[in-house]
Amino acid sequence: MKAAAFAYARATSVGNALELLKAYGDRAKVLSGGQSLMPAMNLRLISPELIVDIGELAELRGIAVTGSVVRIGALTRHVDLLTSPEIAAHAPLLTEAISHVAHPAIRNRGTLGGSLAHADPASELPACMVALNATIIVRGQDGERRVAAGEFFKGIYETDLSARELLISVELPVAGKHSVHFFHEFARRHGDYAIAGLAAQAMVERDIFTDLRLVFFAVGDRPVLARAATKLVNITITPAVLAAACTALGEELDPQDDQQASAAMRRHLAKVLLARAASALLDRPDLNAGGRA
Amino acid sequence: MTITSSNPEILSELDRPNSYIGKSVPRPNLERLMQGRGLYVSDMELPRMGHVVFLRSPHAHARIAGIDAAAARSMPGVIAVVTGKELAAVITPWVGVLSHLKGLKSAPQHALAIDRVCWQGEAVAAIVATSRAVAEDAAEIVRVDYEELEAVTDMRTALDPATPVIHPALGDNLAFERNLDAGEVDAAFAGSDAVVEADFIFGRHTGVTLEPRSVVADWNAAEARLTIYQGTQAPHMVQNIAALHLGLEESQVRVVCKDVGGSFGIKVHIYADEMATYALSKLLRRPIKFVADRVESFNTDIHARDHRCWGRIGVKRDGSITAFEIDDLTGIGPYSMYPRTSAIEANQVVNLVGGPYVTRNYRARARVVFQNKNVMCQYRAVGHPIACSVTEGLVDLAAAKIGMDPVEIRRRNLIADNAYPCASPSGLRFELLSHHAAINKLMTMMDYDALRSEQATLRSNGIYRGIGIASFIEVTNPSAAFYGVGGAKISSQDGVAIRLDAQGSVICQTSITEQGQGSESLTAQIVGSVLGVSMERVRVILGDTDNTPYGGGTWASRGAGIGGEAALQAAKILRRNILDVAAAILQSSPAELDIADNAIVNAADGASRMELRELARIVYFRPDTLPPGVQPELMATRHFVPREYPFAFTNGVQASWLEVDTDTGFVRLLKHWVVEDCGTLINPQLVDEQIRGGVVQGLGAALFEKCVYDERGQLTNANMADYLVPMSGEMPDIDVGHVVSPTSETELGAKGAGEAGTAGAAAAVANAVNDALRPFGAVITEIPLTPQIILTALGRI
Ligand SMILES: Cc1cc2nc3c(=O)[nH]c(=O)nc-3n(C[C@H](O)[C@H](O)[C@H](O)COP(=O)(O)OP(=O)(O)OC[C@H]3O[C@@H](n4cnc5c(N)ncnc54)[C@H](O)[C@@H]3O)c2cc1C
Repeated sequence: MKAAAFAYARATSVGNALELLKAYGDRAKVLSGGQSLMPAMNLRLISPELIVDIGELAELRGIAVTGSVVRIGALTRHVDLLTSPEIAAHAPLLTEAISHVAHPAIRNRGTLGGSLAHADPASELPACMVALNATIIVRGQDGERRVAAGEFFKGIYETDLSARELLISVELPVAGKHSVHFFHEFARRHGDYAIAGLAAQAMVERDIFTDLRLVFFAVGDRPVLARAATKLVNITITPAVLAAACTALGEELDPQDDQQASAAMRRHLAKVLLARAASALLDRPDLNAGGRA
Repeated sequence: MTITSSNPEILSELDRPNSYIGKSVPRPNLERLMQGRGLYVSDMELPRMGHVVFLRSPHAHARIAGIDAAAARSMPGVIAVVTGKELAAVITPWVGVLSHLKGLKSAPQHALAIDRVCWQGEAVAAIVATSRAVAEDAAEIVRVDYEELEAVTDMRTALDPATPVIHPALGDNLAFERNLDAGEVDAAFAGSDAVVEADFIFGRHTGVTLEPRSVVADWNAAEARLTIYQGTQAPHMVQNIAALHLGLEESQVRVVCKDVGGSFGIKVHIYADEMATYALSKLLRRPIKFVADRVESFNTDIHARDHRCWGRIGVKRDGSITAFEIDDLTGIGPYSMYPRTSAIEANQVVNLVGGPYVTRNYRARARVVFQNKNVMCQYRAVGHPIACSVTEGLVDLAAAKIGMDPVEIRRRNLIADNAYPCASPSGLRFELLSHHAAINKLMTMMDYDALRSEQATLRSNGIYRGIGIASFIEVTNPSAAFYGVGGAKISSQDGVAIRLDAQGSVICQTSITEQGQGSESLTAQIVGSVLGVSMERVRVILGDTDNTPYGGGTWASRGAGIGGEAALQAAKILRRNILDVAAAILQSSPAELDIADNAIVNAADGASRMELRELARIVYFRPDTLPPGVQPELMATRHFVPREYPFAFTNGVQASWLEVDTDTGFVRLLKHWVVEDCGTLINPQLVDEQIRGGVVQGLGAALFEKCVYDERGQLTNANMADYLVPMSGEMPDIDVGHVVSPTSETELGAKGAGEAGTAGAAAAVANAVNDALRPFGAVITEIPLTPQIILTALGRI
């Protein structure tokens, strides 16, 4: 479990990092918090020729609120998201989700940019970005691109980023009036990647969803924005309505089998999450019938 | 916690005014470990040391057609690449059998595979380089040609005629079979009001140690002597076996074992890669270091508990159990492990099922089969979790069938506390157990009746909680009956040597070992108490075959009971010798004197007569002032081994309180209780820590841990992300209570406590899950109890 030999460069500026990435292409890897990259290298699952350490690029770090936008730099660590009053006020979904990401030692190093670029389909933060309608800002030799989070994740460990680009930051709309959120995941142990999880952001007016973004994770090759949510918007929710949404969700999802759970179990757990989310967001305990609704 | 000593006059040496016995004093090694001054083998560096990496088979079963290591050999930093054939010139193969396990067979195993690999992870070549990283680089370019062979993976079909025989010379894949038939089993079942049966399935799992297996072997050609630094539980066993297979005398092998980062039975065996490391040092004439990485630990550290056990129980309407019957099947990998063998766990299952109960009718069969998977062998509480889960699962099924409370059925069948000595149907002899006192204490600790009514109230609100109870017995303090009689050179006796130094401090050498469980502490507590010396003045030396008496080490919950007694007896002799000298100096008689607080005192009024420091000064530097004919002996040695009973059985009972989310299949552990009886408690805190740690490993088995193999014999979760060890976030509070029934085989009265927690934890959890699910009519007899299994049993998926 020792990484193969590699060259190491500590990038001095974003421009310098991009130059190195341009020269080496996919023979180079960006090092951010290292919590996913280093284990993969030590297991020799990957053996990059060059490591481009972006840790010193202060411009990639930090949380700023301007008007109706929260901007989070790629190097912002999980622990900083967890303790940020700005995030708690303007994107409380993230505050809640981040406590499910790994353990304190990992949260002290792992970064938002690393998590999004890594794109593990069981990861919490990519799903939150989709739920929050985030914009992901990417820079390459030819300048900056803005990608909607819903378009950014392409598959298991696959994103819209090319090997020659850097993820710079994300922008989130500030949570508005009537905005509520729900986050829950099923993991065998606290801090494990989820078997099934849900990040939800909604608008509720007079006990009715006027907007509902349900993003499931660990049930597909990327975060899944459920179309079934539309069945719950602008309608008075009865157990029958909820049951129809659960059925639609089951048909829409195409989860994988693995050691932790069969596809059938994941589908079942997603329905349980949907029912629990509706019940919690509307404060209607009668709706929580565990996906049997 | 109340402890009453049943024979205080015998315990006189320990009931001294400043006794440390029964006190939770901090361990003496704590500060050293907390300050990072532990002496772990993985930290060791020696001059000219080479690092070995083993190239391991990716196949479960394959012929080795060829190995091409030319490119690797020429890489900078590579010292050698050694194959099985080359290493066989230095080290002989072994066969893991014991003569008292009749019929047990196995095939010769080599330090490195020759011609054929029999499990995924078996080492085929050793790459030695100046660093681990360089050796790993070189390992990547060694080419091995494999011709894949059919892998035997399913234990249920291992004995079918159509299944290939892994070792053709053995004739079949059956390693061992034992049958037992006691009492009148058929008649008892025929006369029962109800008979219930079930298949119990146990996941293969392993002990995950914080420090992996580590060895530094240093062959000194000038002295013709091998020093082995190894994190092991049994240094003298390693010494014996290394010498035997390297063609050396034991005096040519020294084994040093200081701190060990966890063992749990994983480090009490002889592993092929460790043997290869010793041999490589001899072959290459330099120190060689092997530290297993996590992936190879999962693939090569012994696994345990892979059992499928059918069981049946007969019961009368009044709750009396009429008979037990079991048929156990276990797959142990391709070789019986050396030298303790892989038949012990199944043998223990046969021994222990039904053990807490009075019924005399018991029939059992156990079969142990070979497979192309990693080797299985003894891990903490060998066989006990299987036997306890089967027995206690059946008892709960019987209780449910006749509509009786699980506690009540146990009370009606547990052996009475005044029935001892007695024996089990399988022939186990019990000196003194306390099942009823233990269950009574448990009822109070958990407030059983209140918990039952809370359970009923919550159930009507759709919250499903369960209570599970598991009584158990536990093998501790083994005599030679375990291994010695079967021909293994594994000592069941231990020795302790104690001396007073020239300033009146005490140096104590013991053959038991420290794995973090507190051997050092309990030895110092006993010695300090008997001698009247404060613990800070007792220095304990362990883990060095050159510098300790000969003995067994750590296994089968034996250190305190056996090594502790040797320490007590040695300290008594030294105390007498000191008092003899003191009487001569003070012109008194030994009977009028005592030792307390590091000084000779008057026995009658406790008045101080002379510091031990002063006595030591006179003895060592002014012997000319002693009366003629007085020759002080300020060093004493004693050995001890139990002779009357083959094992000192302990007993106890555990309970689990948990909640099942019936929508998701997730189990939340709310509380766990243990009442156990390990006889004299030397250090209650250390005992409680042992119990809790053991319980957590049992809870791991119940809910999380499993080595998942596919049908081709590939271990698919050999990493810490996919193999789920229990973590603190999911663990409940664990309350521990004690009943104290000392063994009268020793003056100390201590029995073992290291494995009791593991013995019954999974059984309690499984019973609690079934109790929670009773309204749904679901019964689950498989562990780990994963959400997938629970949801399936509930018909939700
Ligand atoms: C034991 C353990 C448990 C974990 N549990 C969870 C969990 O429950 N949920 C979860 O979401 N995560 C979990 N993680 C992963 C953790 O959150 C990581 O921190 C995260 O996935 C990656 O962030 P990082 O900063 O460490 O990235 P790194 O490991 O440094 O990089 C990850 C990948 O992203 C690329 N990359 C990083 N930054 C950029 C950038 N700015 N631009 C372009 N590419 C970039 C790297 O080249 C690399 O390929 C766990 C990790 C461990 C070790």
